[in-house]
Amino acid sequence: MNRRAYHSAAIAAEIAVPLGILALWQWWTVQAADPKFPRLSTILVQFRELWLFSQFELHVVPSLTRIALGFGIAVVLGIVLGIPLGLSRWARIVAMPHIEWWRAMPPPALLPISIVLLHSIGNRQKVSFIAFFCLFPILLNTIDGVRGIDPATIETARSYGIRGLERIRRIVLPAALPQIFAGMRTSLSLAVIVMVLTEYFSSTSGVGYVLLISKNMFQLAPMWAAIVLIGLLGYLLNLLLVLVERRVLAWHRGWRAAAAQ
Amino acid sequence: MSMNAGRLLEIRNVGKTYGTGAKATHAIADVSFGVDDRELVCVVGPSGCGKTTLLKCVGGLLRPTTGQVLLRGQPVTAPPEEMALVFQEYGRSLMPWSSVRNNVLLPLRHKRLGRQERKALVEEALDAVGLTRFIDHYPWQLSGGMQQRVAIARALAYQPSILLMDEPFASVDAQTRGDLEDLVLRVREEFAVTILFVTHDIDESVYLSDRVVVLTHAPTDVKEMIDVELPFPRDQIATKELPEFTHLRGHVYRLIRREQVEPEEQLATATAATKGDGE
Repeated sequence: MNRRAYHSAAIAAEIAVPLGILALWQWWTVQAADPKFPRLSTILVQFRELWLFSQFELHVVPSLTRIALGFGIAVVLGIVLGIPLGLSRWARIVAMPHIEWWRAMPPPALLPISIVLLHSIGNRQKVSFIAFFCLFPILLNTIDGVRGIDPATIETARSYGIRGLERIRRIVLPAALPQIFAGMRTSLSLAVIVMVLTEYFSSTSGVGYVLLISKNMFQLAPMWAAIVLIGLLGYLLNLLLVLVERRVLAWHRGWRAAAAQ
Repeated sequence: MSMNAGRLLEIRNVGKTYGTGAKATHAIADVSFGVDDRELVCVVGPSGCGKTTLLKCVGGLLRPTTGQVLLRGQPVTAPPEEMALVFQEYGRSLMPWSSVRNNVLLPLRHKRLGRQERKALVEEALDAVGLTRFIDHYPWQLSGGMQQRVAIARALAYQPSILLMDEPFASVDAQTRGDLEDLVLRVREEFAVTILFVTHDIDESVYLSDRVVVLTHAPTDVKEMIDVELPFPRDQIATKELPEFTHLRGHVYRLIRREQVEPEEQLATATAATKGDGE
């Protein structure tokens, strides 16, 4: 198979398989006729009514804003804290036990205290809650990425008198970036989880809130529509990040391909 | 060649020990020699004799345990701006995320230079190594020999008075190696640099240098210093056919082989002695 044919086949498969699954879903919900599993067509109608028009601004925009803010804060903090921790053995000795302790904390365990401390309704509680849990994958990957820099690279920088912030900007950050991105991808899926969680338990808007209301009112079609939306959000956000990564880390793919030869 | 204080570079009783107590490794015992301005000195020695350690001490990347390195009479304690180091592992010393241009530019960014000056230095250096056409490529898109030329261009653009080269051509093929050796001889004239060149290749050391410093096995000291009075310009074929070249090459070879044989013989004797005890 030539390259073009291969690519066309790959894209066709990527589209055909989900369509097949949706067809199966529709067929199964029609013949099952179970109110707990509304027809896919009903869910999709709900989906269009809820998310594409009336409720988009009311519920989807707040959810996306919270993810963007929380994730953005986590990226900045993770890199800003991770680089010095990666560079200094002493900083790691002091900080690592604390990082490991907080990192092991399941998000629901901290939800009550965050509601008490940061007031239940405001955006501040949600954004900081998302930022807190997104921080750890980025932080730990940054530390690992910095520690894993080739000593020959560091020595080159040293022999040419490249120091301080310049060394971080030109050597340390680009060298650690592939691993920082790996952390960001883990964090982004975590951001969706934590977003739903915090909205479900303490909110008056957002996708998670719609999930809660639909459940309480036993409206199953809107609930399923919310589930579809959440899955779609996670998928699209990850896709976006992958596209950014491909651009920013184009050198990394080329370099690895060259090294593999 | 007297050891006066007026030399550009002086390695004075340099010793390097790793670790302490019973686990201590004596890499370098006591090495002394000087390098004059515009001289090309090659350091050869048996494998594992601490050539790289010595070069890192000279370049200010390692602190010698004893003795000191003097640059224009001043002790070297950190990498001096007057020196540029070309590493053996070009693949690891070039930044894979930067283009050839930005790799050469990298050490110039913190020098007090104008934008145009920097640009000119980068272009001049890449021109000298014949890579102008590849300025916007990434290093990993180039062959090994070309990558090492980028590393040499980066060192030249830094405008050092001394170029330190650590087995720079150890991992390229023989044909490329010859070309790169001639490149070194050419840029030495063009950029008026002093070169301290570490190698394990005896032919290379004789072909390139004004003087060869032969080291002993570890703990290392200087075995012999040999002036190479082969005429310039040197030529890969003609120079290597000269009787003087063959003679020098043979001489260095014997010195190093003796160095490599000795520790093995000692080991053999020791093993024989142990066996004798057992009987």
